[in-house]
Amino acid sequence: MADTPSLYEELRDRIRSDQPTGLCTIIDGPNIGAKLLIAPDRAPRGTLGHPELDRIVTRDSLAELEAGRSGVRHYGPQGQTTPEDLIDTDTVSVFVESFAAPPQMWIFGAVDFTAALAKVAKVLGYRVLVCDAREVFATRRRFPMADEVMVSWPMPVFVERGADLGPRDAVCVLTHDPKFDVPAVMGALTTRVGYIGVMGSRTTHAKRMERLTEAGLTGPNETDRLMSPIGLDIGARTPEETAISICAEIIARRTGRKTPSLRDGSGAIHSAR
Amino acid sequence: MREILDDIERWRLNNRRIAVARVVNIEGSGPRDPGASMAVNEDGEVAGSVSGGCVEGAVVGEALAILHGDMQPRMVTFGYSDDEAFAVGLTCGGIIHLFIEPLNW
Repeated sequence: MADTPSLYEELRDRIRSDQPTGLCTIIDGPNIGAKLLIAPDRAPRGTLGHPELDRIVTRDSLAELEAGRSGVRHYGPQGQTTPEDLIDTDTVSVFVESFAAPPQMWIFGAVDFTAALAKVAKVLGYRVLVCDAREVFATRRRFPMADEVMVSWPMPVFVERGADLGPRDAVCVLTHDPKFDVPAVMGALTTRVGYIGVMGSRTTHAKRMERLTEAGLTGPNETDRLMSPIGLDIGARTPEETAISICAEIIARRTGRKTPSLRDGSGAIHSAR
Repeated sequence: MREILDDIERWRLNNRRIAVARVVNIEGSGPRDPGASMAVNEDGEVAGSVSGGCVEGAVVGEALAILHGDMQPRMVTFGYSDDEAFAVGLTCGGIIHLFIEPLNW
């Protein structure tokens, strides 16, 4: 029989294969260093020293993992959480570290900007999908940095896999082609994705908004989710600079910082050189 | 941990004893979030980081003391020290809590 892997070895393998996992460690109190390895798809391993403490910490850490948060939580020795139960008793401090699956970026349109954006997204830890309906453009050779290159129209991708997208993820539509842009945007709006950016000049944007309205885009709730034209107003010109402006906008939207998005300005996106 | 796994694996293959320091909490301005990690092997080699380079030197000392059995796994706190300009501390004014332990689990 093969040796059971240690907790570290199991954690290592799960991190490397992008399986969501939490590591709970007692950092203060009795049993310092004791560990519990938790995951949504299997029973916990290890123990913090008391079955009830294990049960409560498992429950809490699964919720933290879902949210992608890491931090310290305090309990009674038997997992008590209400303040009255913690009077006159030692508390146990548990560091709950979440190893969530990497966030995803779906890029629609296999253009030069796509390669640059995929590169920057990889640096930031995204799992990158590139999708275009044109077989000659959507090739692995053009996008070796992407995790997945798909030849498809947008809608089937959202129908099949849209439920996988969440608040940490991003959809970037870079085609400029209404045949492809419109279904990609409409598809993205059906998901819980946290960021939707759409590339184009202000003229392209205005025309696209008309087509989106025709396609059924309704009120400001949906329009507000679109960052169009995509990116921060930093005067980016090259595909690489544009990729930085897009990723910087994604970060700023997540952190809620006030930064000049192109969407909220007016006038030419590229000033005359 | 993700960023330091390759180094840890290389050290494990060479049967090196390893200590791991992880940021568990920060107060005020801190350069790295909870989960940032750093590993130190018994030869004093380092992988990863837990701050902007402010406290790593002191963490190596703590990690080696734990590997040599002079210290138990424990929380270590680094803060800002205005009157001791050359003491170990964070110039950003934050407080950082680390947990340091041997990788024996």
